[in-house]
Amino acid sequence: MTYKKSYEEINEKIRRGEAVVVTAEEVIDVVAEKGYAQAAKEIDVVTTGTFGPMCSSGVFINFGHAKPRIRMQKVWLNGVEAYGGIAAVDAYIGAAQVAENDPENKVYPGRFMYGGGHVIHDLVAGKEIRLEAISYGTDCYPNKSVDTVITLADVNEAFMFNPRNAYQNYNCAVNLGDKTIYTYMGVLKPKMGNAAYSTSGQLSPLFNDPHYRTTGIGTRIFLGGGIGYVAWNGTQHHPNVQRGENGVPMVTAGTLSLIGDLKQMDPNWLVGLSYLGYGPTLAVGVGIPIPILDEEMLRYTAVEDKDIFLPVVDYHQGYPYGNHTDLGFVSFRDLKSGRVNIQGKEVVTTPQSSYPRARQIAAILKAWIQAEKFELTQPVASLPGADSPIDFKSLPDRQPNGVISMIRNRR
Amino acid sequence: MKNRVVLYFSAAQSERPIIYQLIKNTDLIVNILKADINPQKEGYLVVELEGEKDCYEAGIKFLKNLGVIVEPLSQTVVWHDELCIQCGACASFCPTQALAIERDSMIVSFDNSRCVVCGMCLDCCPTLAIKLHFEVKEAV
Repeated sequence: MTYKKSYEEINEKIRRGEAVVVTAEEVIDVVAEKGYAQAAKEIDVVTTGTFGPMCSSGVFINFGHAKPRIRMQKVWLNGVEAYGGIAAVDAYIGAAQVAENDPENKVYPGRFMYGGGHVIHDLVAGKEIRLEAISYGTDCYPNKSVDTVITLADVNEAFMFNPRNAYQNYNCAVNLGDKTIYTYMGVLKPKMGNAAYSTSGQLSPLFNDPHYRTTGIGTRIFLGGGIGYVAWNGTQHHPNVQRGENGVPMVTAGTLSLIGDLKQMDPNWLVGLSYLGYGPTLAVGVGIPIPILDEEMLRYTAVEDKDIFLPVVDYHQGYPYGNHTDLGFVSFRDLKSGRVNIQGKEVVTTPQSSYPRARQIAAILKAWIQAEKFELTQPVASLPGADSPIDFKSLPDRQPNGVISMIRNRR
Repeated sequence: MKNRVVLYFSAAQSERPIIYQLIKNTDLIVNILKADINPQKEGYLVVELEGEKDCYEAGIKFLKNLGVIVEPLSQTVVWHDELCIQCGACASFCPTQALAIERDSMIVSFDNSRCVVCGMCLDCCPTLAIKLHFEVKEAV
């Protein structure tokens, strides 16, 4: 028997306060008790969640005009540069931006106490932020510098626009070298002394919708404690990779580009991070609701930690230099247990993504839907799927001489 | 040898170049970890002293002769629950399971009584929620 529900039918149930909503953990128990067909019939929405470092995140801000006006050429927020190469008082503050006079890795490993992610957290927390901007002055924008204090309430618009979030699967990082290394996956002890991972497994959005059937452009989501939307596929979206029988990718695959109004977000779900020896970044909370349109969707959302596998990657030679050693795969269930077996060696695991926070996000999203505050949206367009011919490109290594003369001639 | 101590200064002592003399007279390597001086000019220094054993002993004697109170350093690790995002990275570095993850809930907790203040957790916490706290008495 096939049972189908439309988005409109599900939203009608949400409006009546009758929708059956469970988290991506709870759905597993429902299936164990009632089976797929019955669970698909009963459940309307499954909520997912993830909370971890997502470097490719940032915020567009329009500061409002100074008197006299300035065409902000260079912009700093609390000493962290925001990109000012857009209109006069617009800028983009990126999560991974290092503070202007940070000692970086000059004293290795650098601490990166404050950066773009911390600025975003402080903005959302309503704190006062020093805004500095300089320019060369024009007839229409004569002002050459401003140095003032702003808060989130003062700016015209502030919207988060993250080019790449919610990576569908990610490397399990180890260090095969004989010295400790400091990476974006955290501190990696020598000789495979630990194995770092960053995903929320069975709670993670794209593990529950492996073929992007209901997650597409326009999907309404939980973003940073507020409501956001899927804007596009994320950068490095590379869906045509090796997948398990359950459709779950075995390596890094799909990604999402997310957008949402920063003014209604919450500092609890956007937290600035300092990665020793690597740099600053931002922990972003993302939760995506999955409508149970039919039994197929229910089967996807019933994915369990034991069915999710991560590729083990060496960050000594493999990741930085491309000299890969085949280290196989580990299951998320084993990673979460605290120990995994890699090449016959028992290795302690180091999480980077917060599982308790992911669980909270799925629960909050569930509560929003149950409280009739949040309706589901049908994507206005689909993301490129597993059959799309997308290459994962590398940077070409070319001599720039010809291009240099071309640029010179243009001047 | 290498040891960490807390040096308590009175107002009169804090105006003298004691650390300069300590280094010059004893050839100890002095690393100041923390320093504070109050408006009454009383204060303390948390220092790491490194050198030969006789130099170290001479250094301590020199300080005590000046009336500086020298006490062993007692440090504690403080886990700031309100800054913690429960990622759990620290637990895999903690040799005594003072920082531990309850595996069903994946929730991190800190048991101060098990902590040996090795400091491994300080490096791996991305929210800087774990801090080293020096136990210092009121300045004398």
